Amino acid sequence: MAQRSIEIIVGLFMIAGLAALMFLALQVSGLSPKSAEQTYTLYANFNDTGGLTPRGKVSMAGVTVGSIESITLDRDTFQARVTMSIHAEVDNIPADSAAVIRTSGLLGEQYIDISIGGDLESLNPGDTFYSTQSAMNLERLISNFASGR
Amino acid sequence: MMDRIAGLGRLGLAIIASFGRSGQFLFGVLAGVPRPATGFPLLVKQLYAVGVLSLAIVVVSGLFIGMVLGLQGYTILSDYGSESAIGQMIALTLVRELGPVVTALLFAGRAGSALTAEIGLMKATEQLSSMEMMGVDPLRRVVAPRLWAGFLAMPVLAMIFSVVGIYGGMLVGVEWLGVFEGSFWGNMQSSVDFVDDVLNGFIKSVVFGFVCAWIAVYQGYDCVPTSAGISSATTKTVVYSSLAVLGLDFVLTAVMFGDF
Repeated sequence: MAQRSIEIIVGLFMIAGLAALMFLALQVSGLSPKSAEQTYTLYANFNDTGGLTPRGKVSMAGVTVGSIESITLDRDTFQARVTMSIHAEVDNIPADSAAVIRTSGLLGEQYIDISIGGDLESLNPGDTFYSTQSAMNLERLISNFASGR
Repeated sequence: MMDRIAGLGRLGLAIIASFGRSGQFLFGVLAGVPRPATGFPLLVKQLYAVGVLSLAIVVVSGLFIGMVLGLQGYTILSDYGSESAIGQMIALTLVRELGPVVTALLFAGRAGSALTAEIGLMKATEQLSSMEMMGVDPLRRVVAPRLWAGFLAMPVLAMIFSVVGIYGGMLVGVEWLGVFEGSFWGNMQSSVDFVDDVLNGFIKSVVFGFVCAWIAVYQGYDCVPTSAGISSATTKTVVYSSLAVLGLDFVLTAVMFGDF
């Protein structure tokens, strides 16, 4: 076969490989082209984070509005301090909103749901949620129920 | 008794010597960078032989493996009422493991054995030594383009394998068994991470491509120049490549996905 047609076929082969990689990136892993999104940081303290993990999602009314950066232990209060990065366009979260840990489905992963408050002022970058609700711990619930407390 | 111990020692020395020779050989190939003007057409020709001609077997096996994954996944997951998780199962299995590994095994069988036989026959018919007589470095002229072609073609083939496999899984899961298409893709996108899964799978395929191509060209270059020697070198290429791929896969998986 002529050198030129071989070159064309090899070029098409390489393009097919790149297209496959693009497909894996965009369609399979859901990487959006504007991944370098502007975010700001909010904090929340929980008594019990349960199975919450970094990179988990933060949602509001079921819509993902950010992700969990890190989970650390506060040495003074012995509470878990969760750092969240929230998309910059969601900058009007009312200041008395609560961060609640929920589970998606019965056995799914845990995420933070922000239940909206009614305050006219909104949370600024670096603020901490005033009210939080820890993960529902089924074992603790049952033992509380059994001991009648 | 002493003879046996001596035989064992000889075997060990021979194995170590062959490792040393293959390292020296690799250095010789990589140090002799081909000139762009003459090297590029040779590389393109080898990419065609190694990559494009392997496409058919890779696409067909990818399609069928994806379809089997879809069918098996559906039967197991539907017991737990979570057949919508089939998308993430197929995508993670293919992108992390089966894509790079099965492509590398097919690549060793389809392209690696051909490379070994070709270079081995060149050696047996003394084409390599006559090249040296003419002042052409066979490492640079014959071996380097083949090594680079294997190295470049393997990741491309692995990516195509994964995509075709996911399509095959979708064909069975969504079109045939009736899993809702939105949850198929949605579950997949929420669980597959680009850097952790796709990129690590890509790195795996790059490593496998390099190892397979290296073993193939070295076995061809180092073979005993007889017909029996070529046949045993070709066998060795397939066996060693498969073992190296599976062993390295465990090591790479432990490094990439193990929690320690």
